[in-house]
Amino acid sequence: MTEMVFGTTPARAADPILPRWWRTLDKWTLACVFGLFATGILLGLAASVPLAERNNLPRFFYVQRQAMFGGLALVVMLVISMLSPRQIRRIGVLGFLASFVLIVALPFVGTDFGKGATRWLSLGFVSVQPSEFLKPGFVALCAWFMAASQQVGGPAGRLYSFCVAAVVVVLLALQPDFGQAALVLFSWLVMYFVAGAPMVLLLGVAGLALMGGIFAYGSSEHFARRIDGFLSSEIDPRTQIGYATNAIQEGGFFGVGVGEGSVKWSLPDAHTDFIIAVAAEEYGFVLVLVIIALYCTIVTRSLLRLLRERDAFARLAGTGLACAFGVQALINMGVAVRLLPAKGMTLPFVSYGGSSVIASGIAMGMLLALTRTRPQGELAAILRRGR
Amino acid sequence: MIRTPLRPLARILRARERGENPDDIEAENRRRRHEEIEARAHRRAEGRLVLMAGLFAMAFATVGVRMGALAASEPAEPGAQVLSAQIMSQRADITDRRGRVLATNLLTHSVYAHPHQMVDPVGAARGLKRIFPDLDEERLIRDFTGDRRFMWIKRKISPEQMQAVHDLGEPGLLFGPREMRVYPNGDVAAHILGGSGFGNEGVNSAEVIGIAGVEKAFDAWLRDPANEGAPLALSIDLTVQQAMEDVLATGMRVMNAVGATGILMEVRTGEIIAMASLPDFDPNDRPRPLLTGEPSDSPLFNRAVQGQYELGSTFKIFPVAQALDLGLVNPSTGISAAAPMRIGRFLINDFHNYGRELSVTDVIVKSSNVATVRIAQMIGVERQRDFLRKLGLFEPTSVEMVEAPTGQPLVPQRWPAVTAATVSFGHGLAASPLHLAAAYGTIANGGKRVTPTLIHGRQRPEGEQILSPRAAAMAVDMLRQVVTRGTARGAEVPGYEVAGKTGTADKPRATGGYYKNKVIATFAAVFPASDPKYVLIVALDEPSTRNANGIETRTAGTTAVPVAAEVIRRIGPLLGLEPKTDEKLPTIAPRFAPRVEPGEEAGVRLVANQ
Repeated sequence: MTEMVFGTTPARAADPILPRWWRTLDKWTLACVFGLFATGILLGLAASVPLAERNNLPRFFYVQRQAMFGGLALVVMLVISMLSPRQIRRIGVLGFLASFVLIVALPFVGTDFGKGATRWLSLGFVSVQPSEFLKPGFVALCAWFMAASQQVGGPAGRLYSFCVAAVVVVLLALQPDFGQAALVLFSWLVMYFVAGAPMVLLLGVAGLALMGGIFAYGSSEHFARRIDGFLSSEIDPRTQIGYATNAIQEGGFFGVGVGEGSVKWSLPDAHTDFIIAVAAEEYGFVLVLVIIALYCTIVTRSLLRLLRERDAFARLAGTGLACAFGVQALINMGVAVRLLPAKGMTLPFVSYGGSSVIASGIAMGMLLALTRTRPQGELAAILRRGR
Repeated sequence: MIRTPLRPLARILRARERGENPDDIEAENRRRRHEEIEARAHRRAEGRLVLMAGLFAMAFATVGVRMGALAASEPAEPGAQVLSAQIMSQRADITDRRGRVLATNLLTHSVYAHPHQMVDPVGAARGLKRIFPDLDEERLIRDFTGDRRFMWIKRKISPEQMQAVHDLGEPGLLFGPREMRVYPNGDVAAHILGGSGFGNEGVNSAEVIGIAGVEKAFDAWLRDPANEGAPLALSIDLTVQQAMEDVLATGMRVMNAVGATGILMEVRTGEIIAMASLPDFDPNDRPRPLLTGEPSDSPLFNRAVQGQYELGSTFKIFPVAQALDLGLVNPSTGISAAAPMRIGRFLINDFHNYGRELSVTDVIVKSSNVATVRIAQMIGVERQRDFLRKLGLFEPTSVEMVEAPTGQPLVPQRWPAVTAATVSFGHGLAASPLHLAAAYGTIANGGKRVTPTLIHGRQRPEGEQILSPRAAAMAVDMLRQVVTRGTARGAEVPGYEVAGKTGTADKPRATGGYYKNKVIATFAAVFPASDPKYVLIVALDEPSTRNANGIETRTAGTTAVPVAAEVIRRIGPLLGLEPKTDEKLPTIAPRFAPRVEPGEEAGVRLVANQ
């Protein structure tokens, strides 16, 4: 084989980077991300005004800030999406190590902003939440381990990745930040599933969980009452969820009108955790449907594009990133419509938050890089099938 | 799958012969195997990725549908527009059937602190410690000098305490009005009322919410401003309830019982006039629920509604009444009572041996297990089970308390012959005393089903006729004979024509089997027998007393029956029930206007009690 090409120049050795990047990129997903970001700015115009007024800042202070960080995040995303899977793996692992060190150091150098959980690192003009940056790195590291374990004579990568996941989850739970811990655990599970978790194990665990749930429902009245209370349509209109529900109902299908909403004045987290309620109230169900469609497109498109991927690392890391992204959005919206119990989680690219939007940009950049079309040796696969 | 070895010996040897490097063969095989693994992993991942994409699409669709459903529905309450949501106060009162207050509200104050407004935090902490000795001074000083901006000191304080705090002259100590729920009768009807606690708390008011009993069952109604403060009238009669609790408490002490319960129910309406469970508690200061051990050990446990007891011989009237209804027997039909009786590998025995044959009436009067089983066998399992179900013994009672669903009777899953036999004399099926009251009510009500209720004066649909009036009347007549010449002679209260049936059931062990020396003694009574108006159930938990000869006895006839008789003696006059006597009593002209309850004056009749 070697002799045949020896001395010849590759035909497209200097294939220009930008055209190739554009040709292989998942342009629909990119468009969806831009759409989400634009929606975020649009909603920020409404939702962050009360916060700015409370803090005696110019009315659109937070919108400008978000636009600045968002722009930065989009640039980071585009740059990262030009990398190759191998480069993604490297920066991912390095990023994981850096943010892991930061998380371990948090109890000594972090601030809690009086919210009772030490999650932030204050850098003067901006505060950073290292756990946001940990996720993409974590996904890359675990995908690397799991892909390596599929090699002949490879290391026990699944076990390693499980240990890493356990350590990270415990660290996050100690902060305490159960939301991020659950996300990390979920993305690990998803990768393990795609990497070929034994079906028997999965069915067994699912069956046990189901039976445990039914048993608990049947035997413990307290548990049953909680579930019933959660399932019932009765709701106290003075809780955060109550306000959110009310806002969605007020909005109806076409909204009460731009800037006319009232929920942003009563909810302290209107610009972050409950931004979907603001969207529903001011722009109605129509905009909510658009937002849901955008998220759904990003996740399902990425997953379906990964179908063709023959490189185990790219496949696993892509799955982990796409699912973590999708589940974060699902949880946020599920809480607002009371499909899930209350849990603070931002809506990626839409919610306000500098560190959150940049971390989302990094993760999305990695996902875009991994879902780019690459030669997959399809012809070889077809030929081999005939054998 | 056949796995090719990485170094197939035949090829290696041949390669060596040809002088080639055998490692190439290994490398080639290794590559092949790796490719295979990769292809397999890829195929598996494909399916799973499609599955996940599908799941995500479904999850997003669910959120979308839910969002659409919410958007399509009307806002529940215009509460979102109000910036400072009003906390609802003014919970409606609860009264008894004559309008006497059982639960009401009282205005008190709460005291809270704004440490940043304090002039002398340490002095304030010291002063508070003097007024409320249970506070921790160190902690107060720490909180007052720290950077907290708000803290509660006490949720409820008396006017004197409020004045004392006021006199401290500390501007950082503030008061908020606070309505609190008061039960002026203390522990009377404690289990029925349940209790209340604070829900949402604000500085200016706090929401009072029911946490048990009627308070919780009617929580929404009591808080609904649309009722304009109309009180909730229970079917309870405060004086009767008080009398019942008094007698039960004494009876429990005399009979050395660990618990007692009593229910008095109006036959025609099913309204519960008194329902007590001892030991009880004060709803003004509700004890904490037990976290370990049996819930029935807690005073919070309502034996009348939540208890699941095998109620023993009191059940015997059910197969007998059914057999009378079906025309299988008449009161004088002879039934074989030859003991012991063998069913499968079980022996059924009687307390005494009653000889060869008993009339159906005597089966009830003497309480023969064996003869009852024979009657149940005549009826057959299916019909027996149907009848018990119609009597309401298979489902929780529908009484208006949150605890009612926990009183689910323990009904056997399968009914082999031996279960049908034991159930006929009240073993193997555990129900609450309230179930028993409802079932006896049905017999006393001429066979029309009675559903117990705690709400006074509500129009309710007539119960289903599940027993012919004739059979029901014969059953009541037999019950009357139990008191005149049977196991419950101690229950005779002259003039009130008490009818009833005793039941002494061994208590089941938690570990299986029965205790030899622990029983539930029950007396289920109907009075007056000639025109049944009331059902009374008295049950004692683990009673034990000594008879005239100093021998220890636990039977219902010597424990529950005398207590029930005393209850009837006390409450008969309170109910305005005229005792029937043969003598003509002289009419007494009142020398002074008797002080009676308002609203009763028109209907008052003076009755000389003998």
